[in-house]
Amino acid sequence: MEQEKKKTFVDKIWDFFASVKLAVIIFALISLTSIIGTILEQRAEPAKNIKILISLFGESLAPTMYNLFEKFGFMDMYHSWWFVGLLILFSTNIVICSLDRLPRIWKLVREPIGPMTEEKLRRFAINRELVLKGKPDKVKDDITGAIKRAGFSYIESKEEKGYQFFSQKGNYGRLGIYLTHFSILIILVGALIGIFFGFKGHLNLPEGSVSDAAYIERNQAKPLGFEIRCDNFDVEFYGRSDMPKEYKSWLTVIKNGREVLKKSIVVNDPLTYEGITFYQANYGLINDRLGRGVFIFRVITNDGKAYNLNLRLGDAFQIPGTNFSGKIVDFSPALRIDESGRISTYANQMNNPAVFIEFSESGKPKYSGWILKRHPETWQLPEGHRVEFIDYWGVEFTGLQVRKDPGVWIVYFGCITISIGLFIAFFTSHRRLWVRITEDKNNTRVLVGATSNKNRSAFERKIDRIISLMQKKPEGGK
Amino acid sequence: MNSSFLFGLSTMAYILAMIIYIIYLAFRKTQIGITATTITITGFISQTLAIILRWKEFADLSGMGFLRSAPLTNLYESLIFFVWCLILGYLIIEFKFKNRSFGAFITPIAGIALAFIDISGVSKEIQPLVPALKSNWLLAHVTMSFIAYAAFALSFSTGLMYLIIKTEKRREPSYLFWTITFGIFIVVFAAMGIDFLTFKVAVKPEEFIKSYMFKASFLNPSNIINILSWISTIIIIFLVWRYGYILKTVIEKFNISSEILDEITYKSIAIGFPVFTLGGLIFGAIWADQAWGVYWSWDPKETWSLITWFIYAFYLHSRMMRGWRGKRVAIVAVIGFMAVIFTYLGVNLLLSGLHAYGEL
Repeated sequence: MEQEKKKTFVDKIWDFFASVKLAVIIFALISLTSIIGTILEQRAEPAKNIKILISLFGESLAPTMYNLFEKFGFMDMYHSWWFVGLLILFSTNIVICSLDRLPRIWKLVREPIGPMTEEKLRRFAINRELVLKGKPDKVKDDITGAIKRAGFSYIESKEEKGYQFFSQKGNYGRLGIYLTHFSILIILVGALIGIFFGFKGHLNLPEGSVSDAAYIERNQAKPLGFEIRCDNFDVEFYGRSDMPKEYKSWLTVIKNGREVLKKSIVVNDPLTYEGITFYQANYGLINDRLGRGVFIFRVITNDGKAYNLNLRLGDAFQIPGTNFSGKIVDFSPALRIDESGRISTYANQMNNPAVFIEFSESGKPKYSGWILKRHPETWQLPEGHRVEFIDYWGVEFTGLQVRKDPGVWIVYFGCITISIGLFIAFFTSHRRLWVRITEDKNNTRVLVGATSNKNRSAFERKIDRIISLMQKKPEGGK
Repeated sequence: MNSSFLFGLSTMAYILAMIIYIIYLAFRKTQIGITATTITITGFISQTLAIILRWKEFADLSGMGFLRSAPLTNLYESLIFFVWCLILGYLIIEFKFKNRSFGAFITPIAGIALAFIDISGVSKEIQPLVPALKSNWLLAHVTMSFIAYAAFALSFSTGLMYLIIKTEKRREPSYLFWTITFGIFIVVFAAMGIDFLTFKVAVKPEEFIKSYMFKASFLNPSNIINILSWISTIIIIFLVWRYGYILKTVIEKFNISSEILDEITYKSIAIGFPVFTLGGLIFGAIWADQAWGVYWSWDPKETWSLITWFIYAFYLHSRMMRGWRGKRVAIVAVIGFMAVIFTYLGVNLLLSGLHAYGEL
């Protein structure tokens, strides 16, 4: 007695998890709660979300609403206990649903088909009947030929007054939906592995600096197991605009004191070493280094000889082979000269690096002016020498997104299988076909019955084609 | 001949086709139907040429090679491509189901989308690409997303038509649902039209949507206009509700059975869903992984795509449940497309996040 009662309770739970209704409810819950998560900014400053709430609920209600949402974890809702709970419920639902239906579907997939009685054949959704001239043994080849040409391989069985041919295709297609559901689990497992065995961090690495760690939440250092150095960083702009076209970091990986890998990275093209990937994310200026960088010039004298010079603010230099010299007096990372000739720095980025140089000949001051990195026409001196401003090195940092995710390949594997699963589930169908031929007054009566679990109208058209193929041959033969 | 001339030509063709399809519905003369189809095809061909030309213009300008220069990098270009997919889908249906009546429903969507492009003053300039968009995934991710959106748009039209012809009583929930939805659509477009007429000369087109949407009606500083807007909204919805049966008698004249409508709704979703999963979600995730270092970051665009995905999953699953045939699933199909619109436009206009490329 008690055993039976217990079983019904378990059955009830099982049925609860196996129902499509639960799936539909979970879809609705995940969607509806996610909407809130897209309106409230996640992991943001409280002030931002209070502003959003004020615009939605008004000044007086906003603080209460904030506290309410805060309490239920909506400020970081995709990591809250109840959202994770929903995802777990979702996974359980998928598993139980699949287990519940698998035996039945598996039987349909594996079951070999056999001959049918006339009665049953007539009951199929698609059924056709026609009479062909000649005895069954004579038209048999035409009929099997038509079935074969439609792409079905058939089994033949001899019957009392004729034959029956039957065939099925795409029976494994019924498993497509399982592959799809199972893939969702694979993706979630991959995501979990990433969360538990990987990390997401950030690293602002100044030009010329080396780091052996990245920084994850709350600026906690995460050792990399090797060192990474930023050799150089550069931004390329679109024409004369300040819209970045590309930004690039030249990185070197150092392991046990030896340089093991060198690569330049841009957005969309990261560097990976020992499972840790460095993505170009952003960049910026280090303000307290602004006066301490290295100016890299290439000086070309008027007789065509080129020299590389590395200098600092305040340094003086001589153009080799001449008595011409220059002194670096001022620098701006983003120089602007307006119409009235006023000079200003318009951005805290290296949008338009400029250096002010005082030139003199044999110790006597001659002229002075700005040389701009992005404006080669400012490089030319009246005497025919050229001072090319190549870079101001050591004052910028490259912002790297640092990530280790051992689960990503599992996620991708799941993505591949879900694509295959969806393709099978939506674009293939399990088609079954029976053709029974019996002798009828020296002619042959053909009875066709067929089913398809999807897209019946397309299969119906195909059956009609098969039938017209069967009919054509005998007529043409006579 | 440049791309904008051809785009203008196709816009005019679609609007003309819309009128002729409606005339066709009224008189049902084959000649008129053929004219409508011919004009639609003409519009489609000139739009195809225009897209190719713009692609070439972009490739020449950026020097990044053909594959990376797909004209799909901002709202203007993506809307154009959406309309293109939609018309292509419609033409396929017209030839497959031998029924022109949908034309009167699809060409208005195409026309409205193109009119939206003009009214909202979306920037039409060819813009240089930000570094994150320089990827081979752009082409695959964006084209497939929009093919799916177009398929969903088709399912929306047929789903709505299904609801219109299947509802009998005014108090029926499905009747209330479609009339209110339809009413809201009319109100939104009317309000945007009024915005356009009020502010057209006063502001730069780029700022229009962000700063001026609904400012002439619902968001107007004047309380009177505010209240008037809400009252007219209620009146419009009421009128649609009161006289909705007129639409029903119109559509019933089409000779489209509700079964065919249901079938097209299902088939469009059956094509849109896998394409959206692969191109929108999976390719998007792979690209995000490459560009941002995370394949999923719960950014609003991603989350809304997931919501859309869940709604269509809801549709597919609820169709399997007994008792969820017909009207109920048609409602889900209509809601699904509203989520698509929000994923596509609403997220960029109203929410912030990493996916800020669709900016105006």
